[in-house]
Amino acid sequence: MAESTTTKVLEGGEQGFATTKLDALLGWARKYSLFNYPFVTACCGMEFMAVSSPRYDFARFGAEAPRFSPRQSDLLWVVGTISQRQAPILRRIYEQMMEPRWVMAFGTCASCGGFYDNYTTVPGIDKIIPCDVYVPGCPPRPEAVFDGLLLIQDKIARGVRTPSIVKPRVDPATDLVQINTPKKKEKASSS
Amino acid sequence: MSKLVLETLQAKLGDKVVETHSHVGDDTAVVVPAAWHEAALLLRDTPALDFDLFVDLCAVDYPSRGDSGRFELVLHVYSTTRRHRVRLKTRVGDAEGEHAEVDSLVDVWAGTNWFERETFDMMGIVFREHPDLRRILMYPEFRGHPLRKDYPAQLTQPLVPYRTEEEAGMILDKVTPFGADEGMAFGRRWFDKGGG
Repeated sequence: MAESTTTKVLEGGEQGFATTKLDALLGWARKYSLFNYPFVTACCGMEFMAVSSPRYDFARFGAEAPRFSPRQSDLLWVVGTISQRQAPILRRIYEQMMEPRWVMAFGTCASCGGFYDNYTTVPGIDKIIPCDVYVPGCPPRPEAVFDGLLLIQDKIARGVRTPSIVKPRVDPATDLVQINTPKKKEKASSS
Repeated sequence: MSKLVLETLQAKLGDKVVETHSHVGDDTAVVVPAAWHEAALLLRDTPALDFDLFVDLCAVDYPSRGDSGRFELVLHVYSTTRRHRVRLKTRVGDAEGEHAEVDSLVDVWAGTNWFERETFDMMGIVFREHPDLRRILMYPEFRGHPLRKDYPAQLTQPLVPYRTEEEAGMILDKVTPFGADEGMAFGRRWFDKGGG
């Protein structure tokens, strides 16, 4: 549906009308008025604070209003490790949110459990609730979070619910430098 | 000074002290489980020792020890007036982890309350006469004791049933579930140009 839709922006003073599809109009309206519910459980919360504070400032993307009630919010940020004990709480929070709702897994732990491969941690929130965008990183840089936010806005505008993942802007493997270690001198054969 | 604590313990408890050692300032005494509470009271109430600060309580699992006390219970206490510290140990439990019981120290140092609950939760050591001995970290539905060496490393006990892959419509394993053509639109284009 989304591929054929175009959006025309009317400048101030310009007159006339623009046609669009209702879904596209709704998506366009929704993507810039995200009401967040931050479900912050672990150290990624510090990075969430960096994202929301003035230096990075996700208010620029129309996503600055945190609602500390899931009933009033439509984007659930799962920030940090989800333990098995937290899982019913997260599930309940998600079920209280009204449609349409989106979920962002913030950080490696929320995405897949991270390095916690044990009895106490849920290996990724998608085991419990549907997840729309995964932002890997331990913790992710604010730039990566913005990639995730723009990705989710893109998905909202297009009406796509396929899960997607934030990829690194620079492939870290391309900058690898081979460190030359001095070869050990061969031992002189003692005869 | 460092020998004072261990010598006092040995003088007052006699055979109940199984072994002692003192290495680079760390004094350690191992007592029999029956003398656990008595030794703690002695450490606290002897004026020359005066251990008034409880520091730590934990347990270590040694499955190879078999019936001769599989779990080693370790207590650290410190004296703020005498400025010395000691480590008190005891060995409880058989090869199956049964009969791992000692007297609670809550009436000696109130701070041991939650530490004993944690040790019970993680290792399954039962503290007799503890005022509130229930799990502190894991949930009540949890079965077994996760820090025992015979707890299966991969065994999880979810409170919420996991979504099935049919329900989710995607692979939920710990592998990358996304192809090369997924992800951010502008990021893809940038990658295709050979950025980086």
